[in-house]
Amino acid sequence: MSTATLHEPHVHVDATGAKIAMWLFLFTELLLFGGLFLAYAVFRTYYPADFHYATTTLSVSIGALNTALLLTSSLTMVLSVAALERLNRRLSVILLGVTALLGILFLVNKYFEWSAKFHHGLYPGSQDLALHPDGEKVFYGLYFTMTGLHGVHVLVGVGVLAVILAMIARRPRRTVSVPIAAPTALALQGDSGPLWHQAADAQLDAVDVTLVYRENEAVAHRQLIKLENAGLYWHLVDVIWIFLFPLLYLIS
Amino acid sequence: MSHSNADGGALPSYLEVSGRRTGILGWILSTDHKRIGILYMSLILGFFLVALCIGLLMRLELLLPGPTIVQPNTYNALFTLHGVIMIFLFIVPGIPAMFGNFFLPIQIGAKDVSFPRLNLASWWLYAIGAIMALLSLFTGGGVPDTGWTFYVPFSLRTGTNVPLAVLAVFVMGFSSILTGLNFITTIHRLRAPGMSWFRMPLFVWSLYATAWIQILATPILGITVLLVFLERLFGIGLFDPAKGGDPLLYQHLFWIYSHPAVYIMILPAMGVISEIFPTFAKQKIFGYKAIAFSSLAIAFVGYLVWGHHMFTSGISDTSRWIFSLLTFIVAVPSGIKVFNWVATLYKGAIEVPPPMLFALSFIFLFSIGGLTGFVVGALATDIHIHDTYFVVAHFHYVMFGGVGIAIFAALLYWFPKMFGRMFRYRPFFISWVFIFVGFNTLYFPMFIMGWLGMPRRYYDYMPEFQIWHQISTVGSWLLATGVFIFFIYFVKSLRAPRGAPDNPWGGTTLEWRVPSPPPAENFIEIPTVTAGPYDHHGEGDA
Repeated sequence: MSTATLHEPHVHVDATGAKIAMWLFLFTELLLFGGLFLAYAVFRTYYPADFHYATTTLSVSIGALNTALLLTSSLTMVLSVAALERLNRRLSVILLGVTALLGILFLVNKYFEWSAKFHHGLYPGSQDLALHPDGEKVFYGLYFTMTGLHGVHVLVGVGVLAVILAMIARRPRRTVSVPIAAPTALALQGDSGPLWHQAADAQLDAVDVTLVYRENEAVAHRQLIKLENAGLYWHLVDVIWIFLFPLLYLIS
Repeated sequence: MSHSNADGGALPSYLEVSGRRTGILGWILSTDHKRIGILYMSLILGFFLVALCIGLLMRLELLLPGPTIVQPNTYNALFTLHGVIMIFLFIVPGIPAMFGNFFLPIQIGAKDVSFPRLNLASWWLYAIGAIMALLSLFTGGGVPDTGWTFYVPFSLRTGTNVPLAVLAVFVMGFSSILTGLNFITTIHRLRAPGMSWFRMPLFVWSLYATAWIQILATPILGITVLLVFLERLFGIGLFDPAKGGDPLLYQHLFWIYSHPAVYIMILPAMGVISEIFPTFAKQKIFGYKAIAFSSLAIAFVGYLVWGHHMFTSGISDTSRWIFSLLTFIVAVPSGIKVFNWVATLYKGAIEVPPPMLFALSFIFLFSIGGLTGFVVGALATDIHIHDTYFVVAHFHYVMFGGVGIAIFAALLYWFPKMFGRMFRYRPFFISWVFIFVGFNTLYFPMFIMGWLGMPRRYYDYMPEFQIWHQISTVGSWLLATGVFIFFIYFVKSLRAPRGAPDNPWGGTTLEWRVPSPPPAENFIEIPTVTAGPYDHHGEGDA
């Protein structure tokens, strides 16, 4: 049997392939931060005393609050995926919204934290910092680079979540009515071949109803792949913070 | 292998099917892997010719001691530009982006790559990166003058437009990463029924190994150039000794990418050679698995040898001898490949049309490049010749004599398939003579000069080097003549009459079983594969 020539040339959905690619991408992200972690390790060894002192100038409470925000957002992210798996769009959308909101709160916190540092003249290139020992200059250089790059990732993550949210929130509106003479279109739905024969033997109306349901499920399935991959990205952003927090705020 | 495309001529080719849009938009917005391959080809070969002309200018400047045609600062800009274009715009994307895109899906029996739209996005990122690189020439402080390595602290101090140039490198790196993950996913997920791992053509194996390096190494370059960018913008101080930073850290980070990057360049070239040899020797390739695994071995060990670029930078003795040892080890899988290619010829019915001629000269030139790699990889000799023309000669023998020549071979080998037209042999034979003679005249004197102590990147030289520089410059004219003959007839052949046979060379891999040029989705029906890739005599797997 020949597959029908639809207008979309590459309609195959390969969930495993999408997952493989996402994990590979996350790996490249880890390596991107890996360069910074390497630099951190090198400079911490060069300047243990300066790093020790500089760490104490960061606010552990704001850092801890941000950690809590991101960890909670990862929880709501997982729950959002679970909700869509159960075809509960509404709940999935709400949880996704909460996730993005927590991400934004994280950034707001970060903004105040950075502003305070700027206020005290503790930023790369400032005249105040020039008077500090070398190790502290490098520490703040690392601090702003690492949290800055991480912040950019949070921002991108929020953007991705927003796009996916809009996608899921839109109701699948297409009600495909299939003329009885086009069994090939049905064949695209995978295992619906037998279903077609069943339906053709029975009533034409039955075909329509079954099709709408199936399409909803197929749409949800496609969206689920995207949601899961967005979730993976969000968890990565979370995991990187889990390492940044102790390295920059706690070890002293 | 079964093939059921007997009546494939009925389908319009990818050259005719432009998708929803027509004209130029039908190309630059096409998600067809073959069209994307051609898109890359037009840009990449264009940049190659530009950088070649810059190289000619450099050689012309060195014809006589003292100022000849340009000022010293301009010369610095020229060698930076030559390096940046040749490395980041030509040879790194090179074979995977042009031929990988075009032939990877066909060779494994797929209709396209796993993510066609991402593939198009990769091309756009490449194009945007290229535009940024061009902009960096005319904006800010003008053409960067740091050399393609952007070494700190000079790249932090120079007034030239380093920030935009490194950002361009970052964007092109992103393009390379996306291509890599697309290829890996495609190879894992879209192989045709029966196309087991050990029935994949060796070109696919080489792309697979390359894609892993692209994914694992390129992010390190990304963060490194990003740090240079931030350093220039905000002075974060990580590489600046005045602020407690460490310039040596830059060199480590840079070479953690940039050494594996030479394997990003050479591995696909080796893949091309592994395709061409069995076809023109009419033999199954000798040591299929050894070649496949040596690609992976090169990818793996090549990761751990970056320190050999820093033997004179002040790293510890322990790390120097470890890096030197690892460098010698990486030569083993390369040697395995060379011996297997030569063994493939043994008792073969060898034909030597132009693609095979270029492939044969690859062996010769690459071997010289590879063996001189031992001289620079050994600690004692490297101290003597570090940063001399010897390194320049070694690098060009491997990169131009290796990858460049393999690209010429691939262009000719796959020309009938890509464009559905045949070319006349004679102009390409003539161009080969100029290229081969010119190449050796240009680069071999550099080994001698380097050994005698001529430092690289110098604008001027002592009188005793003059004769070698002049021979070298004459060589550059010969080589450029050959390359121009090649491309003039390449373009002319694009207007040759249609009607190349589906399989003009007697190749056995899947691309030779689809029409020339291939139809839009390659196969009417996905083929079922029943034998290995180089089964010339119908022996099946063995």
